[in-house]
Amino acid sequence: MLAEKPAALTDARRLSQRVHFERDGTVSIASGKVELGQGIATALLQIAAEELDVEISRIRLLPASTATSPDEGVTSGSLSIQDGGKALREACAKVRRLLLEKAARRFDVPLQELRVEDGTIRGRDIKVSYWEFAEDEGEIPGDAPVKPQAAYTVVGASVPRVDLPRKFAGEASYVHDMVIPGMLHARVVRPSKAFKHLLTVPDVPGVKVVRDGSFLGVLGEREEEAIAAAAKLRAKCTWEEGPPVPDDMPTWLKAHVTERIISKANADAAAKARGVKRLQASYTKPAIAHASIGPSCAIARWKGDKLEVWSHTQGIFGLRQDLAKILSMREEDIVVTHVEGAGCYGHNGADDVALDAALLARGANGRPVRLQWMREDEFAWEPYGAAMAFELEGAVDESGRIVSWRHEFWSNGHTHRPGRAKLPTLTAAAHLAKPFEIAPAVNPALPAGGADRNCIPIYDFADLLVVNNYVREMPLRSSSLRSLGAFGNVFAIESFMDECAAAVGADPVEFRLKHLTDARGRAVIEKAAEAFRAFRKTENRGRGIAFAKYKNLGAYCAVVAEVEATHELRVTRLVAAVDVGLPVNPDGVANQIEGGCIQAASWTLKEAYRPGVVGWEDYPILKFSEVPRVEVLLLKSSEKSVGAGECTMGPVAAAVANALYDALGVRVRDLPLTPDRIAAAI
Amino acid sequence: MTELEVNGARQRVAAHPDTPLLYVLRNELGLVGTRFGCGNGQCGACFVLIDGRAMASCDTPLSFVIGKRITTIEGLEGEHAVQKALVKHQAAQCGYCMSGIVMSAVSLLSKNSKPAESEVREALDRNLCRCGSHNRVVRAILDAR
Repeated sequence: MLAEKPAALTDARRLSQRVHFERDGTVSIASGKVELGQGIATALLQIAAEELDVEISRIRLLPASTATSPDEGVTSGSLSIQDGGKALREACAKVRRLLLEKAARRFDVPLQELRVEDGTIRGRDIKVSYWEFAEDEGEIPGDAPVKPQAAYTVVGASVPRVDLPRKFAGEASYVHDMVIPGMLHARVVRPSKAFKHLLTVPDVPGVKVVRDGSFLGVLGEREEEAIAAAAKLRAKCTWEEGPPVPDDMPTWLKAHVTERIISKANADAAAKARGVKRLQASYTKPAIAHASIGPSCAIARWKGDKLEVWSHTQGIFGLRQDLAKILSMREEDIVVTHVEGAGCYGHNGADDVALDAALLARGANGRPVRLQWMREDEFAWEPYGAAMAFELEGAVDESGRIVSWRHEFWSNGHTHRPGRAKLPTLTAAAHLAKPFEIAPAVNPALPAGGADRNCIPIYDFADLLVVNNYVREMPLRSSSLRSLGAFGNVFAIESFMDECAAAVGADPVEFRLKHLTDARGRAVIEKAAEAFRAFRKTENRGRGIAFAKYKNLGAYCAVVAEVEATHELRVTRLVAAVDVGLPVNPDGVANQIEGGCIQAASWTLKEAYRPGVVGWEDYPILKFSEVPRVEVLLLKSSEKSVGAGECTMGPVAAAVANALYDALGVRVRDLPLTPDRIAAAI
Repeated sequence: MTELEVNGARQRVAAHPDTPLLYVLRNELGLVGTRFGCGNGQCGACFVLIDGRAMASCDTPLSFVIGKRITTIEGLEGEHAVQKALVKHQAAQCGYCMSGIVMSAVSLLSKNSKPAESEVREALDRNLCRCGSHNRVVRAILDAR
């Protein structure tokens, strides 16, 4: 299991690497965290503007690059504000302090008599700008207090996203849009299912083929030529098929356990014995595709023995490590630069396509190569959110209190990102003439966890056992998908809470509150419960509530779902009450919560990945006319800021399943909640 | 060479007449605002206006658009009311699908200046968004009417 990354600032080699004053009166900020569509770029600029006392319009965020950026690990897990934001805040506070100390010395005045307005230091008869003496850096002050929250004017305001106007205008914004002079276009040639070996490649005249063992691709001067050539080859190549993916993944997982891990054991036989009503239930969630709208893309260029890669990876340093391993290079001979891609929601094909591009660029005589996966490549070769199975048991005492709770689950690992293991993880590495053994997907350690994320309920249960069955063998390659195991664990826990409440005739809201002492948790439930209580039931309509504290250490989120069940299940309204601590950008947080609610509703109602999917008709997602109304209730808080992007996923699934039960009196325990499953349950 | 009318200007392009319009726009004319999403008209990321109608450019061959008016997102006059409203409502996350959504919305409003919410949603059903920005987009378009 993986250890957590060390604190971000320790990796910053120098302060000037993070904060640099440009000659044109602007400030450049370097961060290891990257924009994924979550608005982090704007939030980081707000933090820098606040601590430096410089107008936000003067500050630019530099592209993250292994050549210049601090190594802050991966942009994932809703940690960018918490970790990257903290590192940047401290660096900016140090820079401000450093410059103030220098000004105080130069003008021989006490530091306290100086203030900063938009980068200009002012005092009585003193006016000097940061830029006038920023070049000479001096000693970094050990003691540089960050601003108290009460003094914030930029952090906490809904500043408009800096990147959106150019995206609405259709300007070049993504790695997909980069053009480098002399650039060739490439496509990979892979079947739509896993394979063992590439057996035969037909001779197609006029096509520039690059092959390394079972890795195959084409280069073309024109993009449409590369696409047509790859299609022709794909139709005629033959592959030895890989092992079939089991139809019944839950049963398969239960039969292939590598390690049985006790996540939490708190045996209390006396409490358990007080149980008068015993319940048990099994739940499942399928593999789910990230299904980014823009298929993954990368550009690679060889300069002699050195390699440059432009990629929408979430971790430039991790990608570089795996590239170095696979290409037998030194890391310092590779530069990976981040350029935005389509929203990823976790680990999609971004890293794999970067290796593909580097391999194909080997056939390009030093010319840059742009490779974009086709839609079918992305569906077939991205890593998926892992399928999971859950078994829950509970016992309730005479007073209607849960006295015993057992939660056991089965899953592959939820992280297959490059750069974390001795072995590489990138797809093409297994297909080379000298193939690499591929690392298995693993789980980050608790309390954040992977498959085990949110497996330990934060309710007060006296007798408690939580068991994580880790399955190493992967019939379908899995990696991080928005909220990792929390989606399934919270779906199971919060469905089962409702089942227990129903068994003793308790109100779902009161039942949760009865088992929860955490004040912030109770507050979001109470807030969401206003919508729950206001709901007026009519035929075929229902309401449901669910709650979680993300990772048991992040954002608190309670969701109320309203549904209408006729020939299909429709989610008509979602109300999310959320506490993310002090929101750096409240509208940005609301945007993330709304998006999370809608994506989770899509997973819950429609999504299950099976091999053979090539397009959207095989993998429908929620459409404009199907999305529910979403209301976000952001609780006021001055607590530490935590990420908002993932906290809604599990609560939405359970709230919808609970609402379905309220509407029709049927409990569906297998996701997605399709008409077939609902009909079977009735 | 094939002659096209793109954003009000005559353009001569070298691509084969079977080439999907998308690649000609992006690679020959440098109009990269039109995005590749699926290659068979299922997601809307590549929508352009062809004689005023929002259509997928990823599976429309060049030969089909000869003599027709092609408008890409770069060809909208100034900042269109739809684009202004999208900024006002902060109606995107990653933004990759937005060019196509803008073109669908512009096409809708040109035919129906006061669409009801249900009409806006129906018109946008051909555009997929994975980030869940749907409701903000709908509010923005209703605001742009």
